[in-house]
Amino acid sequence: MKRLIELAVNGRRRSDAVGDGSLLLEYLRETLGLTGTKRGCDGGECGACTVLIDGEPALACLTLAARCDGRVVETIEGCATGGRLSRLQQAFHEKLGTQCGFCTPGMIMAAEALLRSNPAPAEADIRQALGGNLCRCTGYVKIIEAVQAAAEAP
Amino acid sequence: MRVAGRHQPLIDGIEKVTGRARYTADLQAAHAFVGEVLRSPIAHGEIVRIDTARARALPGVRAVITGDDCDVAYGILPIAHNEYPLARGKVRYWGEAVAAVAADDAATARAALELIEVEYRRLPVYTSAEAALAPGAVPLHADKPNNIEREVDHSFGDVDAGFAAADLVREERFSYAEVAHAQLEPDCALAEYDVARGMLTMQSVSQVPYYVHLTLAQCLKMDPSAIRVIKPFVGGGFGHRTETLPFEVIAALLARAAGGAVKLVLSREQTFVVHRARPETGIRLRLGMKKSGEITAIEAEVVQRGGAYAGYGIVTILYAGALIHALYRAPAVRYRGLRVYANTPPCGPMRGHGSVDMRHAFETLLDRMAGELALDPFAVRRANLLEAPHRTLNDLQVNSYGLPACLDWVERASGWKERRAGLPRGRGLGMACSHYVSGAAKPVHWTGEPHATVNLRLDFDGSITLLTGAADIGQGSSTLLAMVAAEALGVGLQRFRVIAADSALTPKDNGSYSSRVSFMVGNAALAAGQELQRRLVAAAARRLEVHPGDIECDAERYRVTGSDRWISYAEAVRAALAEGGPVTVSGTYTVPPELQGGKFRGAGVGPSPGFSYAAQAVEVSVDEGTGEVRVENVWVAHDCGFAINPLAVEGQVQGAVWMGMGQACGERTQFTDDGRPLRANFLDYAVPTIMDSPPVLVGIVESRDPNGPLGAKEASEAALAGFLPAFTSAVAQAVGVRTNELPLTADRLLHALTWNR
Repeated sequence: MKRLIELAVNGRRRSDAVGDGSLLLEYLRETLGLTGTKRGCDGGECGACTVLIDGEPALACLTLAARCDGRVVETIEGCATGGRLSRLQQAFHEKLGTQCGFCTPGMIMAAEALLRSNPAPAEADIRQALGGNLCRCTGYVKIIEAVQAAAEAP
Repeated sequence: MRVAGRHQPLIDGIEKVTGRARYTADLQAAHAFVGEVLRSPIAHGEIVRIDTARARALPGVRAVITGDDCDVAYGILPIAHNEYPLARGKVRYWGEAVAAVAADDAATARAALELIEVEYRRLPVYTSAEAALAPGAVPLHADKPNNIEREVDHSFGDVDAGFAAADLVREERFSYAEVAHAQLEPDCALAEYDVARGMLTMQSVSQVPYYVHLTLAQCLKMDPSAIRVIKPFVGGGFGHRTETLPFEVIAALLARAAGGAVKLVLSREQTFVVHRARPETGIRLRLGMKKSGEITAIEAEVVQRGGAYAGYGIVTILYAGALIHALYRAPAVRYRGLRVYANTPPCGPMRGHGSVDMRHAFETLLDRMAGELALDPFAVRRANLLEAPHRTLNDLQVNSYGLPACLDWVERASGWKERRAGLPRGRGLGMACSHYVSGAAKPVHWTGEPHATVNLRLDFDGSITLLTGAADIGQGSSTLLAMVAAEALGVGLQRFRVIAADSALTPKDNGSYSSRVSFMVGNAALAAGQELQRRLVAAAARRLEVHPGDIECDAERYRVTGSDRWISYAEAVRAALAEGGPVTVSGTYTVPPELQGGKFRGAGVGPSPGFSYAAQAVEVSVDEGTGEVRVENVWVAHDCGFAINPLAVEGQVQGAVWMGMGQACGERTQFTDDGRPLRANFLDYAVPTIMDSPPVLVGIVESRDPNGPLGAKEASEAALAGFLPAFTSAVAQAVGVRTNELPLTADRLLHALTWNR
């Protein structure tokens, strides 16, 4: 069965039919072509699909698209404004918080949620907020530095 | 230098942080059929019967294939082709591909799998090397009746005399769990077969698009010129994707059978079962040492459980012995290695290939013996340093050796002398050294071609396109190559575009493995940059009516030396193009013969044009109540010859150390007695999270290798192996527990603490 959902994705209004069992991850990647949000595991274990729903971090692989009716969804593609990188995107780039880049969208979205609620996080806060995002390239060292740099950026 | 040596963000970093980077599963493929693979539910058996008729009849099914559709055995090593993309006659590990389907959608594909009937006759399952080697064990492969894929027996120097001359001789056994690469991107392939033209395009997650290209041609019995292989962004490799993988050939076969495009996306569990990682290993090691700490003799036996197929197996068992040498002086070495088949997913190369477990055993025994002789761990290393240039007994040539400086840096940075003796119970500081090759001097396919080729293209717009087959898998190779070429040309990095790994456009490259790219492809990029520079200088000289030797290039100006006559880069470009149109130059690199090693059987593994070195100290705190070990700090110095991009060097060294931590602390695969994997997901396979991960301070040591590009050597692998022994030595200091088995999980440590009391 399909149902109609109306929501905002990265600030743009959408009106789409989605299957009852369809995941937000599939909706974003396949219906909207927003492939920035990644599938890294078989469900709920890696954080690569982290998006914001009404400003809160959520795993798109564990969220039904149908549950997003009436909500505000933000993905990595919505971070840059007018093409200008957000402070987090800039910092991840300059500080090498990203190597292969596969965990990066989910990592940035989780960090974005953190900085919105805690603009000057301690290192422990950063670790806590990103605890559900796996990275296999960096050892997390430069990821922490990137979030700190973004928090300190003007 | 203007470009090289700077902290340089990756040239494709913006694509990654904006989500614009497209990995294989992100490629536009709405038109593609969905591929799914039927996998063996048993770990060892004969295929008695496969019936696909009902699957074929299901509406929406476009193709169904089995082992009958490809009778070509393949494998990464020319001497070891024993794998088929779809099992023929036998299955040898749980999850091995038996049949595959292409259908209009995922639901139909999965329904079709259910309709394929397979009958197996079970055979005994061997999930340990010991079981596979036992008398009476059923051979996995007919040509290896005792399940030994390869036996190695190397002896250098007089080992018996060495032990006789020693003041102390000790022998210990060590065992290491199998681990997995666990790169974040699951496996995926997108194959498009153009029926009208008889041409195949493959896009996949490979570190080695060239080898994939060759294998596809073989397995599909196609002319290689009818195949195009493109590597999109890749989400990590670490050795997982260093050979053609079954799903790549399956996707191509399905695409041809279906007459269109097929997208084959593997789950995380299936990706774990593709495997190709570090094998379960047992080591017996014996060292002879003088009172001074000097090693007199080394004897090692290694048994690797290689899994069901050959893959790189012969190379892995050779590396375990070969890299005993070239870190310290090794006056006498006897090495025996056994690579054994078993009914587990095939193993392969993983960061540090073959050398990691051996390095833990060696550094650990070295430390213990040093302790018996009241020698500090740093002192015993310093008693065994070699001096470059040095040729080891197994013909490895060391031309630059920054290990002494690495040791000094780590000793200072960690506060070893000041702090170690005063650490309280429960807290410990350990150290270790490690090293690795900068590419294997002997390529997998010996064709007589250069080891690497890079093309540079210059056209009317003044931009420079660097064309390379080298696969950037996140290590920053494209950035590094552009930096090297920019440095040679004296132009800014922003003038460069890098196009990589598209067989229709880029010169072939052997691939991203054994850390060859910086050294070998870097040298080719340097040569190409220098050649293009010659053309621009020559054109400027002609325009300025002087001899090329009178032109100096600085900040994109071509000036007559000692005068103020100059032309701009743009004018030089116009002048160069006026001669014969758009310019394309080629730069190559070939490993000099004297660096290619010796002639004995197996000598091809180990030699490299450059060896990197690392030393590290690890500080831990142990909770004796729970057995949990917290890694508090790591200080690591890596001699990479010259850091072309110090930012990337730091990132790679940190990642390597951390990956070693994963192996030391908790990562392991595990199988039931009948060969089912138990840890094929990210909850049970314990990749450390940010909560578990320590600060890692990196010191870069630059020994300026005479053969590396701008003096550079590899920076991505050496530091991994040193973490494991530094960690267990720190734990030994903290709570007096000796670790001969990895990973050191909390329950194992608790058990040891209990027994110690």
